[in-house]
Amino acid sequence: MGILIDRNTRVLCQGITGKAGAFHAAACYRYGTRIVGGVVPGKGGTFFDVPACSSGGGPDGRSPCPPGRIPVFDTVEDAVRETAAEATMIFVPAPAASDAAIEAVEAGLKLIVVITEGIPALDMLKVREQLARAPETRLIGPNCPGIIVPGECKIGIMPADIHAPGDIGVVSRSGTLTYEAVAQITRRGFGQSACIGIGGDPITGMSFVEALDLFQEDQHTAGILMIGEIGGDAEERAAEHVKRSITKPVAAFVAGLTAPPGRRMGHAGAIISGRAGTAASKVETLRAAGIPVADSPAGIGDTILRAMGRI
Amino acid sequence: MRLHEYRAKELLCKYGVPVTEGMAAATPEEAAAAFEKLGGTGAVVKAQILAGGRGKAGGVRPVRSAVEAARAAADLLGKPLVTAQTGPGGQMVGRVYVQREYDLERELYLAAALDRSGARAVMIGCAEGGVEIEDIAARRPGKIIREVLAPWAGIQPYQARRLAFRLGLSGRLLAQTVQFATALARAFFELDCVLAEINPLVVTKNGALLALDAKLEIDDNAMFRHPELASMSDQYDQDAAEAEARKHDLSYVRLDGDIGCLVNGAGLAMATMDMIKLCGGSPANFLDVGGGTDRERVAAAFGILAADARLKAILVNIFGGIVRCDLIAEGILEAARRAIPRVPIVVRLEGNSAGAGLDLLAGSGLDIIRADSLADAARQAVAAAASDGRAQANRT
Repeated sequence: MGILIDRNTRVLCQGITGKAGAFHAAACYRYGTRIVGGVVPGKGGTFFDVPACSSGGGPDGRSPCPPGRIPVFDTVEDAVRETAAEATMIFVPAPAASDAAIEAVEAGLKLIVVITEGIPALDMLKVREQLARAPETRLIGPNCPGIIVPGECKIGIMPADIHAPGDIGVVSRSGTLTYEAVAQITRRGFGQSACIGIGGDPITGMSFVEALDLFQEDQHTAGILMIGEIGGDAEERAAEHVKRSITKPVAAFVAGLTAPPGRRMGHAGAIISGRAGTAASKVETLRAAGIPVADSPAGIGDTILRAMGRI
Repeated sequence: MRLHEYRAKELLCKYGVPVTEGMAAATPEEAAAAFEKLGGTGAVVKAQILAGGRGKAGGVRPVRSAVEAARAAADLLGKPLVTAQTGPGGQMVGRVYVQREYDLERELYLAAALDRSGARAVMIGCAEGGVEIEDIAARRPGKIIREVLAPWAGIQPYQARRLAFRLGLSGRLLAQTVQFATALARAFFELDCVLAEINPLVVTKNGALLALDAKLEIDDNAMFRHPELASMSDQYDQDAAEAEARKHDLSYVRLDGDIGCLVNGAGLAMATMDMIKLCGGSPANFLDVGGGTDRERVAAAFGILAADARLKAILVNIFGGIVRCDLIAEGILEAARRAIPRVPIVVRLEGNSAGAGLDLLAGSGLDIIRADSLADAARQAVAAAASDGRAQANRT
């Protein structure tokens, strides 16, 4: 069992009838996540059906899975009242996603996972301002794969079968690069306590620092892998924080050593501005804080396993 | 999206930010006409590129007559201007901005910006203008004045006053500064900027406060709210491949190397470039087809690489989570049917339906090299690029 969520967590899906929302709500349901409701304004009172399957269910992706009949609500407030949900994942399209997130904050949900990509930065500032008034609420994302506690609960879009239950906490700004690193760990015969994608945008909810603290406090986590990339100073802050407050082994990787300055590399937040935010300076800062940093993206898994004395 | 100075000034003017008198010109004749229209005895012809350092690079020319204005424009237009910030290739100058000449009393700095680190919007002022704010921030951080802007409320009058006093803009300039800062903050929020920078902000000998230069950078994620700005993205600033990629909603950045990359996910795409470099090669591009991509987008992406004459090898690296690798393979085959790639293709497919994807490619008759890991893929691509280079040398 890992952080923030487990097999009992009651989860909503905002935007459950959209293409991505429908696909991933069903995938999470089949994984074993308790998807207790959907929210789509105007579709309250209807149901979102997940057909039964003889295989393809469960954390291993091979077990039979019963059909699901998930009630859809007009508002998050209705959904919370009827289902006692604690968490939500948001697939609402970018123009309306910040509104959906603020609605979730106001409804008192404790965990909000925003998968949506392309939310304007100023909209996220408004979300942050609402979050500041709800200290009990944590927001992961946006523009992220979500969070998974292998074997327990998946709230996000990551492929389930590359994960395995274990004691390595993974926190990352990236999606597929995280899958790459997770698969490296799993292939070596180890597993993850939880994997959190904090997202590739300049303004996010959860930071590396917050995730590091969660893993530090979690008794099921023995080591922490941090995957960063160019842009901003989240890695530098994390390095400072590790030096001061994290006693568990930490290893890192930073993508974008070959990225040119001034160009946005896919993620809205992955941009070197002037001389700030280069991969080289982040690697240097992390190493100066005593954190081993993988030289090669092919060696990310081994770097954390070595830091933990596992190989 | 970054806007040219003349566009930025047009927009800021609508929000009540006092800007210089001037107009854009795309030909020497237009520049001469602009000089006449401004009607003064002197003007400045400024190259319109999306990078700073123009002055030192000869991109800002004082002129005394319409003839001189035309000559300066002819000198600048249609050529790349290389500044300390453009990189060695420089940026093509498609327009000049002919600006009235002003007698300056003081130069300052004022900007509204997204402060990533603090997750907030700020207005930044500095009594020294015309210099790089990053340099000042690094060397004399005490010189930088900050006011936090609330995203729902913008700048408050007391904040604008405080800013003015700290910048030494009191007396007759106080009201002007408050009005200026308020208008700038409004433009910043309403235009969804990540940066609205006035550098320098000047006080003229006549006691007027105005934006001598202006830089606006609009949040790409907010373009859906500003359809009117889409046409301001000047085509001549864009690389052809980058423009093509944008049409298909692909994220592409041209680099200097010779190994083309096609990857799903931004982080993995950067890591793939890094891996190529570690193996002694050089990536020709960043190309993210997206985490949840489809056949059509992959075909379009592959088409962009196939058309790139610089390439000596192509590396496809897909970690199929949600996306099925056999659909990726179908996309590659579709693109290859339209234009047969001239260079070897190293393919690493992992995850969802990887086996089926590799089988499809293997049976296609294309020159495809299978790789079974990220490291293996990069090594093979670098080797293939090196031997392709030798083969070309032998042919000539």
